[in-house]
Amino acid sequence: MKMSKRNVLGIVAFSILTVFLVFSMLMLHFGNIHPFGNPQENDMDSYIISNAQEETGANNAVTSVVFDYRGFDTLGEATILFTAVAGVVLLFRRLKK
Amino acid sequence: MISFGIPYLAVVGLILIGLFALVFKKNLIKMVIGITIIESGVNLFLITLGYREGSIAPIYTSSPGGIMSLPVPQALTLTSIVIGVAVLALMLSLVIHIYRHYGTLNVNKIAEGEK
Amino acid sequence: MKNSEGMSKIVKTAASTIFVFTLIYGLYVIAHGHLTPGGGFQGGAVVASGLVMLIVVFGSSWTMKKIKEENLSILESFGAIGFIGLGFLGLLFTGIFFKNFIVGHNMFFGMIPDFGSTIANINTGGVLPLMNFAVGLKVIAGLFAIVLVMAHATSSYSKEAGKK
Repeated sequence: MKMSKRNVLGIVAFSILTVFLVFSMLMLHFGNIHPFGNPQENDMDSYIISNAQEETGANNAVTSVVFDYRGFDTLGEATILFTAVAGVVLLFRRLKK
Repeated sequence: MISFGIPYLAVVGLILIGLFALVFKKNLIKMVIGITIIESGVNLFLITLGYREGSIAPIYTSSPGGIMSLPVPQALTLTSIVIGVAVLALMLSLVIHIYRHYGTLNVNKIAEGEK
Repeated sequence: MKNSEGMSKIVKTAASTIFVFTLIYGLYVIAHGHLTPGGGFQGGAVVASGLVMLIVVFGSSWTMKKIKEENLSILESFGAIGFIGLGFLGLLFTGIFFKNFIVGHNMFFGMIPDFGSTIANINTGGVLPLMNFAVGLKVIAGLFAIVLVMAHATSSYSKEAGKK
């Protein structure tokens, strides 16, 4: 590769990001912040697993979180999908003569 | 294998591959593919945070007994996947318009043609 | 062979048969979203990929003539209105936005299963299956409209470039 200024900048940024990512992932696992296999016991997930069948009536805990306990986030996601489709159809519209 | 934290290394590998394709390649389609690979790595990281050792899926239909994994990170990953699809659709339509206007997909030639 | 015409007759017959089975599988994943893994988004992606197979086999010009994009936008708007309407119905019956107002009462989807590992009963779930249908319709129409518009626009462009 040519040793222009842009290439040197790219190599420096890539190596800094490599060191940062590897260090942070090793710190997450071996530094006992969030080791793989036992997360911390929090009240929200224990409550959802114990009471999701009785309050929502569904057997699937993930669907009850997506549509009942956090239905507002799904409303925002449906809006994102609608905006993306509107943007793509708008970009390919031709003026009919 | 649990004691080494292998899924975290897989996340780092995916993000580095995507970053390499985004920074060092000169074709527009290859840069779009690099962005998609970075998004796959981030989704894998979200799911990895919610695993308990020796657990089953959080579904009650004819389930064998045992502890269950956390359901909330799985719900957030679903939203993230849909957002990735929406961003990919808009990026590809912009690439089609650039090709129709400039006739080439090389980033250096487009920058020279702009001057 | 140009890019926007269809394939041979053997491929068209086989694709028409396979599309029916893909449609059944996708609608099964959408309808049983509150019992098994799946739901609105996943089943909608399955059905949309079956419809994209129809674009590949029959050509984009024929598909654009049969299914105009105004009908697809009407279908997607029905899905979005249905999803928000269920939220506002919860605000109307009880005082809370997006509340599950069917569970516990004696209506169509209103049973509550026992605690622990049970056999799946489709009569449960409350407002969740209705939301699954609305979101599934929205995802089907949206993803199919994106691929159809892109395929149709680039096919006519390649015809112009061929003439030059």
